[in-house]
Amino acid sequence: MPTRDTGEHQHRTREGDADQVEETVAASSDLAERKEALDADIDAILEDIDEALETNAEEFVRGFVQKGGQ
Amino acid sequence: MTVHRIMGIETEYGVSVPGHPHVNAMLTSSQVVTAYAASVVRGSRARWDYDEEHPLRDARGFDMTRAEADPTQLTDEDMGLANLILTNGGRLYVDHAHPEYSSPEVSNPRDGVLWDKAGERIMARAAELVRLLPNAQPVNLYKNNTDNKGASYGTHENYLMSRQTPFAEVVKHLTPFFVTRQVVTGSGRVGLGQDGRKHGFQLSQRADFFEVEVGLETTLKRPIINTRDEPHADPERYRRLHVIVGDANLAEVSTYLKLGTTALVLAMLEDGFLVDLDLVMDDPVREMHQVSHDPTLAHLVTLRSGRRMTAVQVQLEFLDLARKHVEDRLGSDVDPQTADVLARWESGLTRLESDPMSLASELDWVAKLQVLEGYRRRDGVDWDDARLHLVDLQYSDVRPDKGLAQRMQARGSLVRITTDAEVEAAVAGAPHDTRAWFRGECMRRYAEHVAAASWDSVIFDVPGRDALQRVPTLEPTRGTRASVGALLDRSPDAASLLAALNT
Repeated sequence: MPTRDTGEHQHRTREGDADQVEETVAASSDLAERKEALDADIDAILEDIDEALETNAEEFVRGFVQKGGQ
Repeated sequence: MTVHRIMGIETEYGVSVPGHPHVNAMLTSSQVVTAYAASVVRGSRARWDYDEEHPLRDARGFDMTRAEADPTQLTDEDMGLANLILTNGGRLYVDHAHPEYSSPEVSNPRDGVLWDKAGERIMARAAELVRLLPNAQPVNLYKNNTDNKGASYGTHENYLMSRQTPFAEVVKHLTPFFVTRQVVTGSGRVGLGQDGRKHGFQLSQRADFFEVEVGLETTLKRPIINTRDEPHADPERYRRLHVIVGDANLAEVSTYLKLGTTALVLAMLEDGFLVDLDLVMDDPVREMHQVSHDPTLAHLVTLRSGRRMTAVQVQLEFLDLARKHVEDRLGSDVDPQTADVLARWESGLTRLESDPMSLASELDWVAKLQVLEGYRRRDGVDWDDARLHLVDLQYSDVRPDKGLAQRMQARGSLVRITTDAEVEAAVAGAPHDTRAWFRGECMRRYAEHVAAASWDSVIFDVPGRDALQRVPTLEPTRGTRASVGALLDRSPDAASLLAALNT
């Protein structure tokens, strides 16, 4: 009895593992797709920002000097 | 127990003349205010009335003497600097070396966002007007809080609250709330330390400039809890909580949650609902810096009780209590805006725990970080790169074509909760449901006879009367359109208004 229980248990576990692996694979490919889509979105934002950024970043940033306030 | 209460935001804008870093900032700021004033007012020279200003009064119950004060604290001395009382009930003026916009008093967080956005638009228009002046150098304005070279300038929130609430309780609970709310309200900053010399990204523009826990100062030794006690209202009934830890926000959701969640905590404080809450920290100033310096949000703050928790977890404790309190007091009668603030706060905190970047279209620091990480990935640059610093600065440029937050809003990458039409209306008109309506309408209708105004008065100079006529507006919830609209409609000029008020 204990042997069969263990066997059944192992079998279930293995089945569970397989499901889990498939789910993980599906999830990570979802994730990869989502990341790619997100990167594409962000690249579009960056291209838009590229157009607006002041030229000569270093000098522009260095020239922004403020007096302290409240 | 709602998000509704009298509140407002005052913002000092960064000001620069490109190519001329050492230009006189006070003169440039004056030029900005004067150019805008010339475009909107005919014949008004209304000055600010400082009679009821008490910048050295301390909420702990004493006054600092003028001799002890730093000159920058004497904000009630009229330096002859440019000043404009706006028809929207707010004020555009020069404070220290920055142009400043004080929003009118509003009655709820969403209106707070609207009149704060109106300020951005007013500043953008003012800078545009300077550009049109013959022989004037172009001026750029930024809604941020540091030049990354050691200087900081403020974005202050004001909340009217009950005088009954012991100030010690305010300090005890608002300190941990302010130390941790940056996870929602931070605007993001490239550079660590006051001068930004250390490379990296942090949540807040302002955090590194706070050095003490409680105090009266705002320009030096900045305290997490500011004790300035100047209610601009009946001091027996009210105090005005002057909050100086906030960042200038561009994202509307950030501003909305900043005002809404703080209003909820104040309501709980007033109702004595937080007496059993103990989130007192060992070293709040240090924790404030460390929370800001960890955009992974993993930093554990240490409480005096020995508990250690993340900033988001501290915020979740406040949220849980706010939910319970609203449920206890209001149940299903909760008003829509209070329910909306609670829902957005909960959704925001939950996602900050699981997937912070999912808030990139809602909160400033996440939106900014997403762009910066994009540049790091695409161009292989690191935090010392000048372009990343430029992105940080230009995120807050008030020009629609140059301001990166505005560009992201225009393309839908950063969500809005207001419309252009509403913001435009808030540039010209005052909120209907506070005393700002009376002040703004007096400026719109009777500007040439308004000699001066302040938060709690409008002073008239009318023909036929020798003395100036002061109309006190000490109660912020009066002077609304509902209460005085008909009276103003019946008064074609200032003299008839005063005659009607005196009867």
